[in-house]
Amino acid sequence: MADPDSLLAEALQAIEDSSDEKSLESLRVHYLGKKGTLTALLKSLGQLPPEERPGAGERINIVKQQVQQAIETRKTSLVEESLNAQLSSEAIDVTLPGRRQSQGGLHPITITIDRITSIFETSGYDVAEGPEVEDDYHNFEALNIPSHHPARAMHDTFYVSPGSVLRTHTSPVQVRVMEGGEPPFRMICPGRVYRCDSDLTHTPMFHQVEGLLIDEGVSFADLKGTVIDFLHAYFEQDMPVRFRPSYFPFTEPSAEVDMGCVSCAGDGCRICGHTGWLEVMGCGMVHPRVLDMSNIDSTKFNGFAFGMGVERLAMLRYGVGDLRTYFENDLRFLQQFN
Amino acid sequence: MIFSEQWLREWVSPNLETQELIDELTMAGLEVDGSSPVARQFQGIVVGLIETVEPHPDADKLSLCSVSDGAESFQVVCGAPNVRAGQKVPFAKLNAKIIESTDAKPFKIKKAKIRGVESNGMLCSSEELGLEEKSDGLLELPEQAEVGMDIRDYLQLDDTSIELDLTPNRGDCLGMIGLAREVGVIGRQDVKSLEFKPASISIEDKFEIKITAQDACPRYLGRVIRNINLNSESPLWMQEKLRRCGLRSIDPVVDVTNFVLMELGQPMHAFDLAKLEGHIDVRLATQDEKLELLDGKEVELTPDTLLITDARKPVAMAGIMGGMATSVSDQTQDVFLECAFFAPLAIAGKARAYGMHTDASHRYERGVDYQLQQTAMERATQLLLDVCGGEAGPITSAVGNLPEPVEVALKYGSINNLLGLEMEQVEVKDILGRLGFALASDDGEVLTVSVPSFRFDVTIEADLIEELARIYGYNKLPQTGGLGNQSLVSKPESHIALSQIRQQLVAQGYQEVVTYSFIEPSLADTLFPEQPGVALQNPISVDMAVMRSSILPGLLSTLKYNENRQQDRIRIFESGLVFKLKDNDIEQAPMLAGLISGSKMPTNWSNNKDLSDFYDVKGNVEALLSMGLESERYDFAPAEYACFHSGQCASLSKDGNIIGYIGALHPALQRKLGITASCYLFELELGPLQLRKLPAASELSKFPEVSRDLAILIDDDCSSGEILSNVRGNAGEYLTDLRIFDVYQGDGVAKNKKSIALGLTWQHPSRTLSEDDVNTIISNCVNGLQDKFNANLRN
Repeated sequence: MADPDSLLAEALQAIEDSSDEKSLESLRVHYLGKKGTLTALLKSLGQLPPEERPGAGERINIVKQQVQQAIETRKTSLVEESLNAQLSSEAIDVTLPGRRQSQGGLHPITITIDRITSIFETSGYDVAEGPEVEDDYHNFEALNIPSHHPARAMHDTFYVSPGSVLRTHTSPVQVRVMEGGEPPFRMICPGRVYRCDSDLTHTPMFHQVEGLLIDEGVSFADLKGTVIDFLHAYFEQDMPVRFRPSYFPFTEPSAEVDMGCVSCAGDGCRICGHTGWLEVMGCGMVHPRVLDMSNIDSTKFNGFAFGMGVERLAMLRYGVGDLRTYFENDLRFLQQFN
Repeated sequence: MIFSEQWLREWVSPNLETQELIDELTMAGLEVDGSSPVARQFQGIVVGLIETVEPHPDADKLSLCSVSDGAESFQVVCGAPNVRAGQKVPFAKLNAKIIESTDAKPFKIKKAKIRGVESNGMLCSSEELGLEEKSDGLLELPEQAEVGMDIRDYLQLDDTSIELDLTPNRGDCLGMIGLAREVGVIGRQDVKSLEFKPASISIEDKFEIKITAQDACPRYLGRVIRNINLNSESPLWMQEKLRRCGLRSIDPVVDVTNFVLMELGQPMHAFDLAKLEGHIDVRLATQDEKLELLDGKEVELTPDTLLITDARKPVAMAGIMGGMATSVSDQTQDVFLECAFFAPLAIAGKARAYGMHTDASHRYERGVDYQLQQTAMERATQLLLDVCGGEAGPITSAVGNLPEPVEVALKYGSINNLLGLEMEQVEVKDILGRLGFALASDDGEVLTVSVPSFRFDVTIEADLIEELARIYGYNKLPQTGGLGNQSLVSKPESHIALSQIRQQLVAQGYQEVVTYSFIEPSLADTLFPEQPGVALQNPISVDMAVMRSSILPGLLSTLKYNENRQQDRIRIFESGLVFKLKDNDIEQAPMLAGLISGSKMPTNWSNNKDLSDFYDVKGNVEALLSMGLESERYDFAPAEYACFHSGQCASLSKDGNIIGYIGALHPALQRKLGITASCYLFELELGPLQLRKLPAASELSKFPEVSRDLAILIDDDCSSGEILSNVRGNAGEYLTDLRIFDVYQGDGVAKNKKSIALGLTWQHPSRTLSEDDVNTIISNCVNGLQDKFNANLRN
């Protein structure tokens, strides 16, 4: 009969030497399995004298437990080792860039129009759009600009045919909305407009957002408040805003709006032509004749209108230097807004 | 309009610095565009008297002058051709400083030797003083000039030319008198009135005047002036005033009429009396009349053009420009002066129609004071006689239909309604009075005023209120917190906003661009030969001459622009209107278009560099369609269209109506346009894409899904669309998913055939589908494909 103690020493050594779970399992079978050496030792107890059997049995069971224990311990440590090995073999360079489609983006004109629109939408203004090839009536006549009017010369109009033009402003959209509905109205009209003019500060196509509010009892004070609130909201600054008398055939009184230069805070710089002021908008109280022509009772309703150049606002907001870059669509320029 | 500040201050001089005056004008609605000093900055230049002139011993073109500054004489070398003894000229003494421009260092006059002769100073031209851009001789000063006097004082050069950008309603400010009136109101100061002694009538000669066009010409004054001396020169003070208003001195007659134009805002014209025949008639042109104008251009007159004619011929385009044949020349002895009021409606737009714009037309279009003609005629006569001598005849005049005086009523309460401001009645009357409005009646509630004859822009109550607001100061007017909307606004959920569609494309890597709506006609023809373009009548340039009928030309130009700047991966889109000629009507439809070129994914350590192809752009479009939750309403079909590759182009229909195309750019066009990489395009009508179905949820089945794959061999010209629709028709009502997961051609598949692998999934709402159920369906599908396309199961 084998000596349990030497078996124990041999087993512990073998367990210690085992390198993976599989060989450990075969050691378990070898020592503790049905035909294992320790099992066999137990079975051979019957060959001992009866008085020796309890002592030897106890001894074998202790060895068995020790082997069992050693296998469990070894197993835990092997699992841990193999997990560690897996983790370390699967380590990657997490600083490499991720895998994705490229980043697209919106044109700064769109970004600006969306921003203007969203500010007015919170105050219940609707967005209206209209045709860009416009008839003479809606672009001029209905806005109190008859054919002989000197203001037509200010508009440098593109003609498609004698009675139809590329709209020179988005105001005709307001006329179309007024013709087709009942007051009160509050709306803004963003869109492309066209004037036959091209130099450093003019492109033959540009964008405007015009606003219109028609209701009962509207005053110039409401117009001033709306315009000032908008400029403060758009630029996120409480810069000074001033109103200068001006002339538009479709408003009376009419005003040009200047705001304190956002670049130099009014000290005077290249951007504001060293005046401290930036011209940003035209506005006024809607001319009663314009209301009457669109079948709105000007004795009951009145209102205000305002209009601004989108490119100009975007230039001031984002520091775009040259107007023409908007329409060159150089991707390196556009991607600065993404 | 440009004016001299000093001249304005002769009429009214508010206690304001130049910059303050400029600001006040701007804030009163007379916007100042710019200002500049009327001369260079300099010091040490005086009125010098040239005592003697001798030739320079060593230089033909130089003279040796002895110049007196009143105290002593100096030897000065001078190169001016017009130098002569006895002349008075600007004399820059030693140590005089001239600053040529704001940034330049002062130029100092030093003792110098010129060709061996000492020169102690410099005689100056008007160019050197900065009075003119260019001059070719010394500035000759009048004989009365006091020798030794500082030239700045003598010429009153501490003055500023101010440029106004007047709005078209303020024709009344296109003369010093009107401007002074406005400044007087702003500063609440009285304005000096025009004072001069009218010339006496010394001859009886008259030239008869007749007005045929009574509406267009309400007033016409004429006067004969004989024996004028055209060799005389306009006085320096007049030349200087004109110069500071941006007008060059021409000859005494033109200078005088220009002076009156600037002083009173009244255009005038002088004819050579000897060249006029019979009488003056103011009438509209008749068919086929022509007139050679002062600037040498011959124009064919349209019948709506108002003319000044004599008994035989047109002699001037009324209110715009005089004719050449009757113009004043250096031979002229007798002139006929014209001073008229032409109705704004008769002149407006006419000059522009002939491609012209003159000081006269500018004023008549906007309206000239119709009560001013007598004064202006007397003023011009007096000035002309002062300058050129001569004898004046009596003024003859003819009157047509003069404007009716306008009265406007103002309810005091309306001021508060429109401006949100209570204004004292006294102040209202004071402001309107200073502006020239005469009080007609006032009952304490309604004020009625008559509009002065120089204001053509005041016809309604709001116009008067604007005047009050303007003078009161827009900035002092109250402001409210703006008007907020009280009611909640509904947003239709069935509408997909354009901004959402844009975001979908942005998420797929597209960059939005904005291209011009007008494009080059040849590019339009190349890409869309079948589509007649909407041409502009007056394009700004040849490459912007037709309206786009598609956004694609703009995108292709943008692609090329960026390819030329080393961008090799491009994904761009644009939305906007396109313009198509349809039955003589212009259809303007909102479209959405995109273009991709270059690799599928941006260059990255882990990506292969596969190039984008048709299916990438199609996938992007499918993503847009899926936003509407009704992809099944859309259908792609092979198509041939415009600039697309005939083998890689699909139409997209919604409910059977084509709403756009996607595909590769035709390779021939790609070469023609010089585009390097293949590119894939789409252009779709925006309207259908913006409709969204309201989601309708249904109960989920608790029973398991069953899936089967099916591989078939089929003719390779069968489109996947047809195969899918055939299978869908035979796969029963419980089909929940059908997709193509492989398409194969090559080894093991006969030529002209392809292998298509289909994945089908079913689920029954209330039971588990049995093997038999599925086998039956599969064999139906296979039979369907066999019958229709002669397809076989692949082993």
